[in-house]
Amino acid sequence: MQIASLQFKARAGAKLADVKLQAALRKLQGNFVKGRAERMLELDNFEEIRSAAAAIRDRTLANLDVYLETFERNATARGAVVHWAETTDDVNRIVCELAARYDVKKVIKSKSMVTEECSLNDALESAGVQVVETDLGEYILQLAKEPPSHIIAPVIHKGREEIADLFAEKHHLPRNSDPAALTREAREQLRGHFLTAGMGISGANFVVAETGSTVIVTNEGNGRMTTTLPRVHVAITGIEKVVATREDLTTLLRLLPRSATGQSITNYISITSGTAEAGESGPQHFHVILLDGGRSKLLGTDMQEMLRCIRCGACMNHCPVYQSVGGHAYGWVYPGPMGSILTSTLGSLEQALDLPQAATLCNQCGVVCPVKIPLADLMRKLRERQFARGLRPWPEHAGLWLWGRVARYPSLYALLSSVGVRVLAWLGGSQRLIHYLPFAGGWTKGRDLPAPQGKTFRELYAQRKR
Amino acid sequence: MAHSILDPRSSILNRIRAARSGRGASSAQEVAQVNAHLAAHPQGPRPYSDWDPIERLRDRAQSLTTTLERVANMGEVPRAVARYLGENKLPMTAVCWHEFGELAWQATDVTVEARPACGDDLVGITGAFCVIAETGTLMMLSGEATPGATSLLPETHIAVVHESRIVRGMEDAWALLRAERGATAMPRAVNFISGPSRTADIEQTLVLGAHGPYRVHIILLQS
Repeated sequence: MQIASLQFKARAGAKLADVKLQAALRKLQGNFVKGRAERMLELDNFEEIRSAAAAIRDRTLANLDVYLETFERNATARGAVVHWAETTDDVNRIVCELAARYDVKKVIKSKSMVTEECSLNDALESAGVQVVETDLGEYILQLAKEPPSHIIAPVIHKGREEIADLFAEKHHLPRNSDPAALTREAREQLRGHFLTAGMGISGANFVVAETGSTVIVTNEGNGRMTTTLPRVHVAITGIEKVVATREDLTTLLRLLPRSATGQSITNYISITSGTAEAGESGPQHFHVILLDGGRSKLLGTDMQEMLRCIRCGACMNHCPVYQSVGGHAYGWVYPGPMGSILTSTLGSLEQALDLPQAATLCNQCGVVCPVKIPLADLMRKLRERQFARGLRPWPEHAGLWLWGRVARYPSLYALLSSVGVRVLAWLGGSQRLIHYLPFAGGWTKGRDLPAPQGKTFRELYAQRKR
Repeated sequence: MAHSILDPRSSILNRIRAARSGRGASSAQEVAQVNAHLAAHPQGPRPYSDWDPIERLRDRAQSLTTTLERVANMGEVPRAVARYLGENKLPMTAVCWHEFGELAWQATDVTVEARPACGDDLVGITGAFCVIAETGTLMMLSGEATPGATSLLPETHIAVVHESRIVRGMEDAWALLRAERGATAMPRAVNFISGPSRTADIEQTLVLGAHGPYRVHIILLQS
């Protein structure tokens, strides 16, 4: 997917004015934020498990070469074919070649954010292969020709009435807007595709080195069908997703569903290793594609901790900026705090100028992260890099330079700030609210700025001391 | 990104090694440490689990909207299935794993075929490798005699499990698999099932029965 993050400000403005989106985002807070908090209470030793989870991710990142080779060796021994892809284009090329080799006309997909990075569906369709998304949310988005706006709840931005209109138009059936009826309609539309597709494409939440297995975590059952029913299964994931053992996987699985959807466990955890044995139903061909896609660039840098990410979405669910603007404003596959960092690093700083700034640095994201990624710190480091590379606008540079000069002279600083707070207090009038502030018109356009009371902290401190 | 003349596998691994702050490829000592970790596969910290396994399973099943029933032995299964299907006004026709095909179904109104489920079958009867009490989860292993489709395609899934196959946590399930099948043995598919399939993709409203079963019923055998 092309990175379109430079339009962040314009898009964010439009999203703030979108009444339907705002209502949908409020629900997210209720369900995912409250659900997560409740499910974490089930773990009396949550912090201990969280530290263990971070250590498990660090362990494989520290010897990533060995763990990837171990995974490859064990997967191959069970009949899988492991492919390595430098870029997203390479993933698309490999999958299209496999579709041609096995004479596949139709592909069913379970949800995969890595294939969103690749725009795999476009590549397959250009090659004349029909692609059917089978996760309910992704299926709706495929019908609507829209990208996902959340990595777990991809269609969070759409209401039931909109979905009812879409289904009525595409399925040519009587319109119904009840979620249960819409879900049944999608089930009936998709069941035939599951039974007739030649290839199933899934992501992998994890791959396990010890057994050469790929793991997907789902609720709907479409993931099980995608990895079981077609004669070819292709699993596509990032090189950083490897964990050492099934026990390490177990520890991560205590945190992933709780962090993601507020569930103690997802409905299905499907672990696939190799191809079907004689007499057993299941795929005859199993291919695993490991994508670098910029990930190895983060190793050994001050961004390496980002590679711990298990894509739960808790950081965006708890982010005041994501809660206000939703996922589409961010302009690429991954939104929210993790997305701001991944877009700036897997992509480039230049392509994501506003994203590390789109944070209050409240660190709510870092507090809820199940693998202890210091997300706010990483965003601050990205801001420093932007500044050092001259990527910030000149008024910001000039302002910081001026502030730096003045701050070196405490008496001058005291004088200017005492004048400043008096002007602001006067601007606030009797209501003590500033309706318009020069140089900050964008901020005061949507809300009033509470006016200070007229004295600086240092003045009040000196007064109290007397 | 410019393509190097190396194959992608080598260039990705080389980049990973170069990123390790000049340490290059993992040393023989590090490889030995990795192999020792794989061989020891230590368990991580587990949450409080000093509960009674059957009580815990009952409690978890309820929260997952899985229903649970205890019967004395395998001979009771046909009548238990007939009762469950009758009470819930479900079709009295089912497919089952081969191991259940020879039970005394003729004494009930249930017609059972011992074959893997297809897209149109409405009730599937399976066993399970074990049940995990911590989360109320069925562990299923793929194999010729244990087709996964039977627990996935029908609208109703009934699982028959001996109480001796209840384990506390997922770690214990892996230990059981290692003990019975071998240290690194894995069937093609291991599926953990926790309740009926579900989705909340539309307006975050929970709907049971997405692509898989609408209901899951566990029959526990006391002996």
